[in-house]
Order: sequence, then structure tokens, then C-alpha cells
Amino acid sequence: MLRLEPRREPSKAMQVLTPVFAVALTIIAGLVLFTILGKDPFRAIWLIFFEPLTQTYALAELTVKGTPLILIGAGLAMGFRAGVWNIGAEGQFVAGALAGGSVALALHETAGLWIMPLMCLAGMLGGMAWAAVPAFLRTRFNANEILTSLMLVYVAILLLSALVHGPLRDPEGLNFPESRLFSESMTLPILIEGTRAHVGFILALLAIAVAWLFMERHLLGFQIKVQGQAPLAARFAGYSEKRIVWLCLLTSGALAGLAGTIEAAGPVGQLVPALPIGYGFTAIIVAFLGRLHPFGILLGGLLMALTYIGGEAAQIAMSLPSATTRVFQGMLLFFLLAMDVLVGSRIRWAPRQAAG
Amino acid sequence: MPEPLLELDGIARAFPGVLANDDISFSVGKGEIHALLGENGAGKSTLVKIIYGVLRPDAGAMTLRGKPFAPHRPSEARAEGIGMIFQHFSLFEALTVAENIALGMAPELAKGDLRGRIVEVSTRYGLRLDPDLMVGDLSVGQRQRVEIVRCLLQDPQLIIMDEPTSVLTPQEVEVLFETLRRLAGEGCSILYISHKLEEIRALCDHATILRGGKVVATCTPAEETARSLAEMMLGESLSPPATDRRTPGEVRLRLDGLSMASETQFGTDLEDIALEVRSGEIVGIAGVAGNGQTLLMSALIGEVRAARPDAIRLDGRPIGRLPPHGRRKAGICFVPEERLGHAAVPDMSLTENVILSARMRKNLSRNSFLNLQRAARYAGDVVARFGVKTAGVDHAARSLSGGNLQKFVVGREIMQEPSVLVASQPTWGVDAGAAAFIQEALIQLAKDGTAVLVISQDLDELFAISDRIAVIANGRLSAADPVDTLTIEQIGLRMGGQARGRANAPGAAEPAHA
Ligand SMILES: Nc1ncnc2c1ncn2[C@@H]1O[C@H](COP(=O)(O)OP(=O)(O)OP(=O)(O)O)[C@@H](O)[C@H]1O
Ligand SMILES: [Mg+2]
Repeated sequence: MLRLEPRREPSKAMQVLTPVFAVALTIIAGLVLFTILGKDPFRAIWLIFFEPLTQTYALAELTVKGTPLILIGAGLAMGFRAGVWNIGAEGQFVAGALAGGSVALALHETAGLWIMPLMCLAGMLGGMAWAAVPAFLRTRFNANEILTSLMLVYVAILLLSALVHGPLRDPEGLNFPESRLFSESMTLPILIEGTRAHVGFILALLAIAVAWLFMERHLLGFQIKVQGQAPLAARFAGYSEKRIVWLCLLTSGALAGLAGTIEAAGPVGQLVPALPIGYGFTAIIVAFLGRLHPFGILLGGLLMALTYIGGEAAQIAMSLPSATTRVFQGMLLFFLLAMDVLVGSRIRWAPRQAAG
Repeated sequence: MPEPLLELDGIARAFPGVLANDDISFSVGKGEIHALLGENGAGKSTLVKIIYGVLRPDAGAMTLRGKPFAPHRPSEARAEGIGMIFQHFSLFEALTVAENIALGMAPELAKGDLRGRIVEVSTRYGLRLDPDLMVGDLSVGQRQRVEIVRCLLQDPQLIIMDEPTSVLTPQEVEVLFETLRRLAGEGCSILYISHKLEEIRALCDHATILRGGKVVATCTPAEETARSLAEMMLGESLSPPATDRRTPGEVRLRLDGLSMASETQFGTDLEDIALEVRSGEIVGIAGVAGNGQTLLMSALIGEVRAARPDAIRLDGRPIGRLPPHGRRKAGICFVPEERLGHAAVPDMSLTENVILSARMRKNLSRNSFLNLQRAARYAGDVVARFGVKTAGVDHAARSLSGGNLQKFVVGREIMQEPSVLVASQPTWGVDAGAAAFIQEALIQLAKDGTAVLVISQDLDELFAISDRIAVIANGRLSAADPVDTLTIEQIGLRMGGQARGRANAPGAAEPAHA
């Protein structure tokens, strides 16, 4: 019988190394998978993981896809550290895009530098409002935030769809379910000419720096960590669990909402039903890949962005199934969690009678 | 000298920054009660964890019954007839005694007429235990019996006990000792760790004394005095704690009509608690664990708010509805009973752990940003003044030995110089020298005008330091009488004689001293 025994002292180095091993295992599993599919495995892996790093355009795309992942991941990690499991960032992302996008559409004939910050602010408020619901239900009725936040994802997506089919539809748009295209002062300035890299990435870097400062130096970050590691000690110190739940959900909601607005005002440039493509869920993987640490999340976000870009490139070049990217992201999470179990404990083969 | 059962030869084990065990050799004879003595951090727990297969030695070898013995995990040690009673029980409150025992045993041993065997073993050793009672309804002493019976059912040849009596009443200790003597008489060896030197003298045949991870002496405890044992452990001579009385000043802490329903299913409610503690005095609250002490402590800390603000007054000011940090700011500090996980966050550094409770009074933050330099300095001050053995303030609380963490937690609160200090089991698990030091620090604090409230089961300690003592039983607090009018036996009977247990659990009303 196989048994797991907790290790007494999980080593620090292993905790840093597991994401690296998880990536390596994913690549190996990918090689096997492509061989079975009858595709050239080495070419596929090269296209997914390495080729994007050799081209300026793909590098720029890395920042475009990385931006929402990093923003959302940084917010989620904060909650995960406190034991607040916001799984519904995708919904908050959509709510933020709707709020920010609505501001843009309402002002479509105006121009000015103030519009973009206003949109971002509205996006954050939208995301916060969406996250406030699970926060209220958890603190008031002790309802599990995993379920409530997740269910609200589908509400948000349907709401977006309903609005772009109705009130927000482009009046000159031939009845396509799309909003008006955002004007120049409603789209994010481009960083590198000829690519889609936009200033949202700077915001993401800024968010990482602030998140680090907040978690490592600010009292609230400290409270979050104490609450997550030793709830009784948090009670002893006098930290309010309810306040921490609200703080974590509102902050992660705001960051997801900001990511939604940036997505709408950056690469997409309008509101469309297909705006949410799973960044909110992928960011959960990013948070764990980054060990819930802001700097780790920066790297994790870029790595996940790589699988999006590389996966797409490989799909086109080698006519792979469209699920390739998702499969790789899933494998990455699987291997990461498996590696974590092995770092925290060790597997033993125990004959039945010795088990006790 | 009886034939050796277990022999240790050159056992060594290092942790980052410390050599916890350094070339330890000794042997435990068959049927011998062998004491392992040493100050906090001497390496006792580390050594027995190695014997029980929880930790692996870096060097050295063991033999059991003359054969090489190197357990890789506890189940291997158990299979070889070694049992261990940890200080913290691993029992499920909502399951019965029999279910708990079955859960902790190797499956093939748990088969058959387990209930019958529980009754048989427990009556044979005078450990009365009803297999059908809920563990949640048992006193701490009875819970320990569950652990011991579980251990005995596996026919052990060596039983290891790490500080087993720190939670027991004097009467329960007597019962335990009788059982241990009987076991030893039947040829079972016992390896016994305790900081209570009088107990060691009464119980143990041999003692091995550790200091700094090394064996520094062996002796026959009955031929030593508690004083000489302590001096062997510390390597220096001890001065008895000063016991001069202080003159109490004005009332600083006043509890009045404090009632509170327990938060947990098996907890005890508090009923109409009234108490005054004056500046300059130490008031002790005696009682068997589980009689409302935990809830009283929560109520004082502010983890659970009182119904009325004026149920708790600090210097006349109602604080019954203030949160913990508000109370600290007002001048009251706390040492809760459970150091790991309650008083300290196990995986955080000592520096971070002072922020937990000393941020307000020691200005460890500015504009809500932590001042880590100041925190590190304060943690360093606590470590220095209270002689906490640690490789540094950036090490995790978890890495400290039990007694050293206790010294750290107590020091963290005392050094905030509060106007009221409430401490639960302040010297729990600390060695004789450190216990004397903590007691003296409490006395000094009172001398400087602090009102000190100590909740403890250790009657010797309460009598040594308190001016007045009250007894808590079943959630009610007796009046606090001056110590000179009381004897240890009176108090012991009052707290032990009043059975713990709720009215609706009649089976639980078995007297704890039975
Ligand atoms: N997991 C660990 N990581 C790092 N250091 C440790 C660890 N466990 C123990 N130590 C260190 O090893 C030394 C011995 O600790 P041990 O717990 O064996 O002491 P002890 O004799 O049981 O003390 P006490 O009487 O206080 O319980 C201490 O300095 C302690 O800080
Ligand atoms: Mg110990």
C-alpha cells in the first residue's frame, strides 16, 4: 500500500525549485503526448516554449497576455495567503471591463487624457462590486466564497453578452453584438511601435512592486499572513477576520476589474462577448506557480503567457487541436500540485501490517 | 544494574545553527524508570524523537535488546515495542474513547474485542476509563489515560513520556506514578522527561542529564536534592526566589458579573465571574484544565467580547467590548496558554512574532508600515533578557524548543511593562532555572505597580508567587483568599474534587482524582 508521510522540514530550496521541475515535467509529458498524436514532438515543444522568445513581436505579445495574468494573480495570491479563496476573478474581470467600457462608451465623443484613468477607476470599482457579493455572503452568512465567486462568473459573462446585444451595441455596427470601437483617448498608448505592447504592462509591474511592499512591509499584509498561517494567533492579536476577508476580496476584485478594463481598452479596443478568455482562471495557476509571492507571480504570469502564444503558434503551424494551450496549462498545474505534495511529504511503500 | 533494553551510542543531530544532540550515549535498563533531565533546549525532545523514529540521527547508533535499531518512522518503533505519550494529545473530541483508541492503532491490533481489552488493561493498571464516553467530556487527566491505554494495548517494552504531568492535578499525578511503577515492576522500561525535579526524585531510578546537547552527568535522583539536580542541569548554583510580600495599591483590573457561553460544544460556560486585582499584587487562579480557563482567557484578551462593557474594567475604564489591541493600548497584556499557534505564529520569525502583540506599546509600526528594525531590536532585547536560546531573531518560532518559546512569549509581554498582566501557565515546560527567572520577573513587575493575574494548574507555583488565590471550577470562580490562610491540599481538593463536565453529560462526572 502506498502511503504519504508528512516531512518534518520541507526544504526552502525545494519550494523554489518545484515550479522549475513542474515546467520540465510538463515539457516531457508534452513530448510523449505529441509523439502519441503522431506529430513531431520536438518541433511542437520548440514552437510552444522557445520560439516565441526569439522574436520581438512575440515578446511584445508576451507582455500583452502577461499583463492581465500578473494583475489578477497578484490580487488572488493575497487572498490565498489569508485563506480566502476567490475563484471568480474571471467574473470580476468581466465586470471591470463592463464598467470601464461603459465609461468609454458614454464619453465616446469626448477626448482628453483624463478619460483613461477614469476608465481604470471605473473598472476597479466594477471588479470590486462583483467581489463584494461573495465577501458579504461569507462574512454575513458564512457562505463558501469558492462557490459564490465561481457562480458569479457565469452571471457576469451572461450580463456582458446581454449588454452588447442590447444597450451597448454599436448603433452603426450592422447589428453585430459588439460595442462601438473605443476612440484614441480611450485606448491604451502603445509602448513599442508596430506591436501591441501597451502601457498596461507598466501598470502590472507597478502592481507587483506595490503588492510586494504591501505584503512584506505593511501591517495589513502582515495581518493577512498571520490570518492564513495561524487564525488563532490572528485572533490573539486582534485582527478582524471579516475585515481581512473584505480586504482580500475587494483588492483582488479591483485588480481583476482593472485587468478587464485594460484588456478592453488595450488589445481588444471594444466590448465583445468573447472578451473573457479565461485569464481569471489561468491567474489561479499563475498565483500558485509564483508561490504566492509577487516576484514569482511576475515570472509565472509571463510563463503562462508564453503557453498562450506558443500554443497558438503551434496550433497554426502544425494544425494541432485548439485545446493544446489549455492542456498544457492544466498539465502545468497538475505537475506543480503533485510536486508540492512530494515536497511536503514523501511516498512510502508500506506493507499493510506496518501501517498505523 | 538490570540488563539493558535500549542502548544509545554516540547519537548526534544538528539543526541549522545548533547541535541539538552531540555524541549522546547511555542505556535504559529493563524495567527501569529512566529520567532525561536538562534545561530548555538541552535536546531532550530531539533525542526521544530520534528513538521514536520521528527524526533521524546524523551520527551514532542504537541497539534494542542487543540488536541494531534504527527506526525510520514511528510505526517501525511501535512495531519494536516502543510507545510514546506526547504532551499534546492527538484525540478527536467528538469520538468515543474506544473509537479514538482504535484510530491510533495498527489495524490488526484494533480488531476483535477492543472494548473488552480496553476495560481489562485500564482496570489492571488502575486507570479507570469508560470506553463509551466521548473524549470531549473528559478532563485532561482522563484524556492522558486514553493515550496511555492506547499505548499499553500495544504491549510496549519501552514507554517514552515527554513532560506528561504539566497538565495534571497533584492527585492525577499520584495515579499516574502508581501506574508507571506497576509497569516498571512488570519489566516495562520508561523514559521520562520532566522539569519537575521533585517528581523525578520520587519516581525515577536513574537520571541522565543533558546540557547543550551533551550528556553532562548521570545520577540516582533519590540520592540528590532538587537543588543539586537543578545545579547539575544548569552547571551553576541557584538562588531561591525572593518571596517578600508587596503592599497592594488601588484596583487595576475588576471583573464583575462576567458571564459567557462557550463557543465550542464541549467547552465550559463562564458564570458570573467577579474578581479584583490590585496594583502590586499577584492573584492566582487555580483549577483543573477545562473548567473555563480557556474561555476566561479569551474574554480577558478580547477574542470574545463581553456582553457589557463594564463586566471588565481596567483602571476604572470599561473595556469589556474593546478588541484585543484596544485593550493592549489601554495597558493590559496577555500570555495565553498555548504558545505555538496562539501566542506565536509557528512559521514566522521571532521578529515578526513580536509585532503580533507588542506593536501598539512598542511602536513597531509607523503609519501602518512595519518598522522591522525596531521589531528585530525588541525581539533581540527579549531574547537577551530572558535568556532565550535561539540561533537568531530571524529564525522561526517553530525552531525553538518548547521552554525557550515560552520564555520568549512571556518576555515579550512582561517587557511591555503593562499596568495589568494576565498570564496562563507562565512557566509551562520551562526548566527550573528559567521558571525561577520568570517567576521573579513577574514578582518584580508587581513590585513596579503592575497588577498580575496568573491562571495555572501548578499549585506550587501559585503558592510561591501569589498573594491571593481563587479557584475556578465548572465555570465559576471562588473568592480569592490570601495564601497564608490556605494550604495546597485544600486548594487541590477544591479544584480536583469538583468534577468537571457538563450537567447533561452525567457519565463525565467521574471525579478526576478517582
Ligand atoms: N525543527 C527544528 N529546527 C531547528 N532547530 C530545532 C528544531 N527542533 C529543535 N531545534 C533546536 O534544537 C535544540 C534542542 O531542542 P529540544 O526541543 O530537543 O530541547 P528540549 O530539551 O526538549 O527543551 P524543552 O525543555 O524546552 O522542551 C534547541 O536549541 C532547538 O532550538
Ligand atoms: Mg522539549
